[in-house]
Amino acid sequence: MTDEREVVFGSTSGGGGAGAASANMADLVNPVAGVFDDVVPEPGSPKPDPILIASNVMKTFGGLTAVDVEHLEIQRGAITALIGPNGAGKTTFFNLLTGFDDMDRGRVTLDGDVITKVPPHRLAKRGMVRTFQLTKALSRMKVIDNMKLGATPQRGESFWVSLVTSLWSGQEAEVEAKADALLDRFNMTHMRDEFAGTMSGGQRKLIEMARALMTDPKLVMLDEPMAGVNPALTQSLLGHVKGLRAEGRTVIFVEHDMDVVRDISDWVVVMAEGQIIAEGTPDHISANTDVIDAYLGKHHDSDLFDDEVVAAVLDDEVTAAALDGDDDAAAAIVRELSEEVRQEEDGP
Amino acid sequence: MDWGFIFERTMSAMIGPEAMVFALAAIGLNVHFGYAGLLNFGQVGFLAAGAYGLGMTVYWLDLNFWLGIPFGILYALVLALILGIPTLRLRADYLAIVTIAASESIRLFVRWRGNSDITGASQGINEFARPFYDLNPFVNGQFYSLGPFKYLGRDVWVLMVGWTIVMLSLLVVWQIMRSPWGRALRAIREDEDAARALGKNAYVYKVQALMIGGVIGALAGMLQVIQKSSVQPDTFNPVITFTIWAILILGGPGRVWSPVVGSMIYWSLIVFIENVLRGLPSGARDTLENTVRLSDINISQLRFMLVGLGLLLLARFRPQGIFGSREEMALDDR
Ligand SMILES: Nc1ncnc2c1ncn2[C@@H]1O[C@H](COP(=O)(O)OP(=O)(O)O)[C@@H](O)[C@H]1O
Repeated sequence: MTDEREVVFGSTSGGGGAGAASANMADLVNPVAGVFDDVVPEPGSPKPDPILIASNVMKTFGGLTAVDVEHLEIQRGAITALIGPNGAGKTTFFNLLTGFDDMDRGRVTLDGDVITKVPPHRLAKRGMVRTFQLTKALSRMKVIDNMKLGATPQRGESFWVSLVTSLWSGQEAEVEAKADALLDRFNMTHMRDEFAGTMSGGQRKLIEMARALMTDPKLVMLDEPMAGVNPALTQSLLGHVKGLRAEGRTVIFVEHDMDVVRDISDWVVVMAEGQIIAEGTPDHISANTDVIDAYLGKHHDSDLFDDEVVAAVLDDEVTAAALDGDDDAAAAIVRELSEEVRQEEDGP
Repeated sequence: MDWGFIFERTMSAMIGPEAMVFALAAIGLNVHFGYAGLLNFGQVGFLAAGAYGLGMTVYWLDLNFWLGIPFGILYALVLALILGIPTLRLRADYLAIVTIAASESIRLFVRWRGNSDITGASQGINEFARPFYDLNPFVNGQFYSLGPFKYLGRDVWVLMVGWTIVMLSLLVVWQIMRSPWGRALRAIREDEDAARALGKNAYVYKVQALMIGGVIGALAGMLQVIQKSSVQPDTFNPVITFTIWAILILGGPGRVWSPVVGSMIYWSLIVFIENVLRGLPSGARDTLENTVRLSDINISQLRFMLVGLGLLLLARFRPQGIFGSREEMALDDR
C-alpha cells in the first residue's frame, strides 16, 4: 500500500457509521472516470487496457450449455458488474475464470498470461482472488485467523519450515499487523477474537472480502457480495467495493439488484442463457430493451423476485398508493417488497 | 471386594502399554480427523504398516532390528500416498471407504499362507525385538512398583520409551498446528474451496496430513508389537480402528491433549469395570450368572458393552468430548 492510500483509509475508521464514511471516501476517487467514453457498448467490445480477456469460453453440463462466451474484456481498475437472470451462467462463468471448474474449451488471459488450466491456489498467488455466493467464513476459526490465512505466500505454510518457529514468527507478526489494519478498515476490530461462525450474514460477507484483500489481489471477483446482507450493511459493503477501486484494484462482481449495479459499477456485462447479450455503462444497460426482455420476458418465472421485476409487477400498487397522497403507504410497500427480495436471495 | 487391588490395577492401566499405544495411534488419527477433517477409518492399517515394517525387516530381510524402524515409517508413508493420491481430490467419503478396505486387505494379505516366508502368515513373527530389550536397564522378569503403579521390568522399559515418543509426537503436533501450516490445514477442514481461493493447495496439505498421522500410527504399531514381542496379523483388525476413534471422540478431536486423556480414561475404565465384575462377592456373581449368564468368559465382552454405553451417554450429554468446546461445536452446524 502506498502512503496515499493509508491516508485515504485512515479517514474511514474515525467516522461514525462505517457505511457512510467509506462510501463518502470512495466517492471522492474514481480512477477510471471517463475511461469507457470511447468504448462501444456491444458484446465483446475491446477495452483500452484489459486486465482479463476471455475468448470462446464454453462449458456444458450434459446437454445444457451453461456458458458460451465469445469474447469478453475486463477493464483494469474499473468495477465491472456481471448481471443476468437466474441460471444465466454467471456463477459457472466465475468458476471457470477462477479455476474452480474446467472449461470445455476456451482461453483466458490475466495480464497477458494464459490462465486457462491454472488451479485456484495458483491464481491467488498471481493476484486474482474470489469470494463465494454462499459465504465461506471458516466457522471454527477466529476472525483474526481467518484474516491471517489470507496472506500469501507465507513461509510457515510449508511443513518443514513450520517445525521451527523462528523461521516464520517474524513474517507472522507482519501478517498479523496487516490483518489488524484491514479489520480496522472494515470496522471489525471488535470481532477480532470471536469465532467467525458467530457472525451475521453481512459480517461474513465483510470478513470474506477483507480476507480476500490479505492476498494483495489486483483482480477481485465477488460473487453476489450483497446477497443476504441486511440493508444497513449494504451501504457499508458498497463503500468497501468502491474503496477497492480507489486503491487501484479491478473488481468484477455478480449481482441481481439493478440498483446496486447502477450505484457502483463503471461497466455492466449482461448474461442470459450462457451468452453475453449486452455490455455498456449502467445507464445504457438500464435503457436496453434486450436486457429488459431477458429479465422480464423469457425468464418471467425464474426471476420473479428480483427487485426490478417485483417493482415492475407491483408498480401499480405503489403508484395507486402514491396517487392517493399516501406516501408513507407507498414507501411501506416498497420496503416490504425489498425485504421479501432479500429473504428470497438469502435462500438455499 | 479388594478395592486396593482394583485401584492399583486401574491406575496401572491408565498409563499402561495399551493406553500408551492407543494414545499414540489416536494422536495420528487426531491429525487426520481432528485437524484436517480426513475420515480415516483404517488407522489400524498404519499400525500394521509399522509393525510389519519392523517385523519383516528382521524376519524376511534378515536385517538389523533398528533398521526396521525406518522401514516401518517408510511403509506408512507409502501407504498414505497409495490411499491419499487417488482419493483426496474427491469428496471426503472416498477416503473413508478406501481406508476401511485397505486396512482389511493388509490384514488378509499378511496372514495369507503364500506369504509365510515374508510375513509369517498366521503364525506371525516372533522373537524379533531382543535388541530392544538388550538395552533395558531394568530386569525384564522382575516386578517394579511405584505407589499404585506396578509393572514388569520389560514393560517399564517399553513404557518409558513409549511415553517419551508420545510426548515428542504431542510436541510436534502442537508445533505444526500453531504454525501457519496448521492454520491452512484447519481452514481446509472448515472449507476447502475457501482455502483454495486464498492460495492454499488443499490437496497437498491433505496428503501431508495423511502421511504425518500415518507415521504416528506406524510408531504406535511398532510399540505394540515390541511390547508383545510378537507380530500377529489378527491383532490388526477393524475393532482397533474403532477403538482409536472412540478414544479420540472421548477426548474431543482437534485438541492436542485429547488423544492421551481419552486413551487413559478409556483403558482405566475397561480395567476398572473388568476388575469390579471379577471381584464381585460370590452371592452377586451367582445372581448375575443365573439371570444374565455372566461368566468369566463374557465379562470381557460386557466391559466393552458398558464402555460403549458410556460413549453413547457422552454423545448425548457432552458431544464435544472431554476437551472440546460446545460453543465451537455448535458453530459447525450453522
Ligand atoms: N454442476 C452443475 N451440473 C449441472 N448443471 C449445472 C451445474 N452448475 C450449473 N448448472 C446449470 O448451468 C446453468 C447456469 O447456472 P449458474 O451459473 O448457476 O447461473 P447463475 O449464476 O447465472 O444463476 C443453470 O441452468 C444451471 O442449472
